[in-house]
Amino acid sequence: MAPAEVVPWAVRSRQLPLTSMALAENETCAVQSVACPSQAWRLKTVRQARQGEARPGGARRGLDGGSRADDPRTSCHVTRKMAVFPWHSRNRNYKAEFASCRLEAVPLEFGDYHPLKPITVTESKTKKVTRKGSTSSTSSSSSSSMVDPLSSVLDGTDPLSMFAATADPAALTAAADSSRKKRDRDDNSVVGSDFEPWANKRGEILARYTTTEKLSINLFMGSEKGRAGTAAFAMSEKVRTRLEELDDFEEGSQKELLNLTQQDYVNRIEELNQSLKDAWASDQKVKALKIVIQLLPNNDIWKETHRADESCFCITDHFSPENANDTAKETCLNWFFKIASIRELIPRFYVEASILKCNKFLSKTGISECLPRLTCMIRGIGDPLVSVYARAYLCRVGMEVAPHLKESLNKNFFDFLLTFKQIHGDTVQNQLVVQGVDLPSYLPLYPPAMDWIFQCISYHAPEALLTEMMERCKKLGNNALLLNSVMSAFRAEFIATRSMDFIGMIKECDESGFPKHLLFRSLGLNLALADPPESDRLQILNEAWKVITKLKNPQDYINCAEVWVEYTCKHFTKREVNTVLADVIKHMTPDRAFEDSYPQLQLIIKKVIAYFHDFSVLFSVEKFLPFLDMFQKESVRVEVCKCIMEAFIKHQQEPTKDPVILNALLHVCKTMHDSVNALTLEDEKRMLSYLINGFIKMVSFGRDFEQQLSFYVESRSMFCNLEPVLVQLIHSVNRLAMETRKVMKGNHSRKTAAFVRACVAYCFITIPSLTGIFTRLNLYLHSGQVALANQCLSQADAFFKAAISLIPEVPKMINIEGKMRPSESFLLEFLCNFFSTLLIVPDHPEHGVLFLVRELLNVIQDYTWEDNSDEKIRIYTCVLHLLSAMSQETYLYHIDKVDSNDSLYGGDSKFLAENNKLCETVMAQILEHLKTLAKDEALKRQSSLGLSFFNSILAHGDLRNNKLNQLSVNLWHLAQRHGCADTRTMVKTLEYIKKRSKQPDMTHLTELALRLPLQTRT
Amino acid sequence: MGTALDIKIKRANKVYHAGEVLSGVVVISSKDSVQHQGVSLTMEGTVNLQLSAKSVGVFEAFYNSVKPIQIINSTIEMVKPGKFPSGKTEIPFEFPLHVKGNKVLYETYHGVFVNIQPQKGKLTPSPVDFTITPETLQNVKERALLPKFLIRGHLNSTNCVITQPLTGELVVESSEAAIRSVELQLVRVETCGCAEGYARDATEIQNIQIADGDVCRGLSVPIYMVFPRLFTCPTLETTNFKVEFEVNIVVLLHPDHLITENFPLKLCRT
Repeated sequence: MAPAEVVPWAVRSRQLPLTSMALAENETCAVQSVACPSQAWRLKTVRQARQGEARPGGARRGLDGGSRADDPRTSCHVTRKMAVFPWHSRNRNYKAEFASCRLEAVPLEFGDYHPLKPITVTESKTKKVTRKGSTSSTSSSSSSSMVDPLSSVLDGTDPLSMFAATADPAALTAAADSSRKKRDRDDNSVVGSDFEPWANKRGEILARYTTTEKLSINLFMGSEKGRAGTAAFAMSEKVRTRLEELDDFEEGSQKELLNLTQQDYVNRIEELNQSLKDAWASDQKVKALKIVIQLLPNNDIWKETHRADESCFCITDHFSPENANDTAKETCLNWFFKIASIRELIPRFYVEASILKCNKFLSKTGISECLPRLTCMIRGIGDPLVSVYARAYLCRVGMEVAPHLKESLNKNFFDFLLTFKQIHGDTVQNQLVVQGVDLPSYLPLYPPAMDWIFQCISYHAPEALLTEMMERCKKLGNNALLLNSVMSAFRAEFIATRSMDFIGMIKECDESGFPKHLLFRSLGLNLALADPPESDRLQILNEAWKVITKLKNPQDYINCAEVWVEYTCKHFTKREVNTVLADVIKHMTPDRAFEDSYPQLQLIIKKVIAYFHDFSVLFSVEKFLPFLDMFQKESVRVEVCKCIMEAFIKHQQEPTKDPVILNALLHVCKTMHDSVNALTLEDEKRMLSYLINGFIKMVSFGRDFEQQLSFYVESRSMFCNLEPVLVQLIHSVNRLAMETRKVMKGNHSRKTAAFVRACVAYCFITIPSLTGIFTRLNLYLHSGQVALANQCLSQADAFFKAAISLIPEVPKMINIEGKMRPSESFLLEFLCNFFSTLLIVPDHPEHGVLFLVRELLNVIQDYTWEDNSDEKIRIYTCVLHLLSAMSQETYLYHIDKVDSNDSLYGGDSKFLAENNKLCETVMAQILEHLKTLAKDEALKRQSSLGLSFFNSILAHGDLRNNKLNQLSVNLWHLAQRHGCADTRTMVKTLEYIKKRSKQPDMTHLTELALRLPLQTRT
Repeated sequence: MGTALDIKIKRANKVYHAGEVLSGVVVISSKDSVQHQGVSLTMEGTVNLQLSAKSVGVFEAFYNSVKPIQIINSTIEMVKPGKFPSGKTEIPFEFPLHVKGNKVLYETYHGVFVNIQPQKGKLTPSPVDFTITPETLQNVKERALLPKFLIRGHLNSTNCVITQPLTGELVVESSEAAIRSVELQLVRVETCGCAEGYARDATEIQNIQIADGDVCRGLSVPIYMVFPRLFTCPTLETTNFKVEFEVNIVVLLHPDHLITENFPLKLCRT
């Protein structure tokens, strides 16, 4: 138990004389003399014989309440001159009523059938159980011993499922049919949904190759060089003139294109693309073709593919299948002739490839003839980079149009292998020198296209082909590039089973060509997807990491390490993971290299979390927390913390008290909490609160309640800015108090009583720091109930008083999910709930009879209600119900070990008189309101309110009293007076009265029923 | 007065052979009804010699002696005098294609000079292998300055069907200089003449690039060229004129060498 918690409570209790029970018991009168400010708030004259004050605390809640019957507060300004109707509550015998409502209980003998009883019949045959059960239950009971009869009844014999079963075949066959068709289609098209479409790939490629400015420029040069071998600086010049030509061509405006950035260039291309489409649409097809031809030699490679794609789109669009008659064939042929006469090889290739699909208009075998021809045609493209992209494009079109023609794909691949040596040939080298591009930055331009080609080929390819491809790759010198593409395109399982071979090959690669770390990265990616043979695993990791750890450039290093962390986590224990993390920290710390690699570091964390579900193990990885320290940018750090907490909430099954976990996660939560500031979005706050709450809920110290409370105290100081967390803490503490009560079976010892009070105190001082008014109200009420249940009477009083004094602050409109709503209905709901609790709250010896109810009534009276709403009267009606319930000899419910007013006053007549007086006041208010309604155009409201009041009297009032009887008759008339009442309701009500009158003690209702006429429709 | 007349021929590719029937419709559309004196349709086929700007003088000698030769002429009366109703009127027609007298119907062809040729030819495949080295070249001024190279290849046939592409392959076995481009140049050679003399005119009608940049050594590059429909016709030799075709394989080397190898072609239609 945190001592800090007790002190403020003690201090507080002296400031407000909320005399805690503990104090009251020990130093009975010490505090009682202090005037209670909240009490004095409305007392006009405190003229009260406080006899009770002198009494010792034990007996303080006696019958003395009766002496306050003439308390002036009863005649507080609520009363008016109106005719006063006395209230007489009906005496209720709750037990009897309850019994009469309930179904008759039938004693159950052993062996009798009961649907909720597990059937334990083992000797059913010999014993011959007699019961009225249905046939189905008989069969089920004899079938098995421990099967839930409900489920066994449903099993098979259920007519609905039977019906479903018989009705199904048709549907089933249909479904099977369609699925078969689908499969057929899939088989036909060869390409399943698991084939990664080019569109995805393109996005990736463009993203990857434009991330760093330098790379994109290189790419640019690389592609341009492939075209004409112009010097790098001349590139933009060339593009400019070309674009100007095009501008002239289109009679468009000329643009200053001297300082062309890549983005501008891309935009410009897009523009041209648009004009191409327009030209096509406006029937200037030849012009469109010209644009394509002019454009093609100009563009960087991906754009080119894209462009070709567009023209393909246009042309195939034109030759939609319904045109497939002779005319279309003729038109098509015309186009083919036009295209075949394009002088330049590359544009001709791209356009031909793009209209490959149209070949089907000419002949059935068109595509299968054309594809190999185009494959050969690429051989004429001298520049290896350009040709590889041409191949990639052809593969792409081929996969789209005729995926079954695998041979041409393979041919493409082998052709590529044949030309592979060109990359290291003189021509390319010379050009690289001219452009000032070095080999390591030139080579990475290849993989996107190569990956694509490899992927197309290896898709659903037999193992033998893959092996052959690999063997042929092996034979070529400096095959790092090939290896890389093999690893990124082939099936992961294929790679994984040969990991050791691959490591060997990677080692043999020439470092000067393709960077090795990229190779290891590709290998790592495969190993994350598929498992290598058990025996090789450690060796693979060792070999790979040996290379990775030697990487100097932090970017290269982290890109590689990030991939391998997954493999490590998947197959090894925390020891290895720890080593890896330590290595990452070592590499990334110098010169704050981690600042540039947050995404990768984040990925590492995510992977580690994904594989370590046991957080005690996770946090025992020594380097995990130091690793977290590398996230120094706040937004990133909070993201990481969120990930961790999400994983924790998802995977932690058991409540924990592991100090390692608690410490670490508290730290994590604290980080999240501290990121909250004035600018934090609501959503973000909610998310963080949800995560922190999830953590708090998972912390349990078992029977060590004091430890638990001190944890909550600590949490409160840590997470004070997040309201939902505070709410959660209050609920948790309340639960803790109730848990304590349960453990003590309701009898608190001195120690547990003190502990429970500390819990209550915790709530009491935490609630005011919240902002949501209804949150506070409900928490006050809830905590008050908890305090009451734990016999902390004065604390409960304090909660209720606090709630009452808060009510005037309730605004008229409250914000609910971003919308302003009137608060009255919420207030009504809360108050009804409150009244139910007030029934059992015992009066305080020093305050007047029913002081809480009175105070509450005053507050309700003063609250500014909506002008034309009846909420106030509805509340008064509820108060009437409450007061009726309070005047009963025995209350409807009690709290264990708490004496409510029924046993305190024992039905004392003065208490009852006081109670009745209050009732009268309230009734007067209701009648007054009904009267005001008559004046306005509010007759409908008057009618319904009148009827509801009538119902209240009927339910709670003693109608043997003449005055009350008369009032009810008047109300009945009032409800019907202006024809606003619903006739059906009135009839039902009357029927109910008649039915009630047949019960014993209710005979007087017969007479009443006679006095209630039903208004006819006329 | 807004009356439009159009002749539509049924066959989409508009190619007809002797003995076949040419059919179509005449479409007359007008807003109002039209009075007319009858509609008749005349089909006429002529061979005409036109004078090229290049060969002024050479031809004048025999130009006047060769008058346009009419090879086909037939007229049918379609509608008797009367009135067309407003709207669209379609009148179908059919012509049998019969050559006048003992003349042969040649294929239509637009060239520098007009030409015609018999319908059928015989095709025997005649593959050609070739090797190009500095030594095989003619017309070289300083053979010593040439870089060394060896280009091999073959054409599947120099006798070609006009609707089928010219195919073959070419291998750059070795080359000291980087190759800039390899192109196929289709050349038409027209010869016109009579006893007094003749004029020969060679025109490039199509140029197709088959290799761009420094191609891989030892890897065969396909030779593939579709004959343009409008500018080619079967090879033709008549007494008065000749139309022949040739293909040049043009290799451009860095920095500035142009190597050409010439192959005469024989085109025919099967």
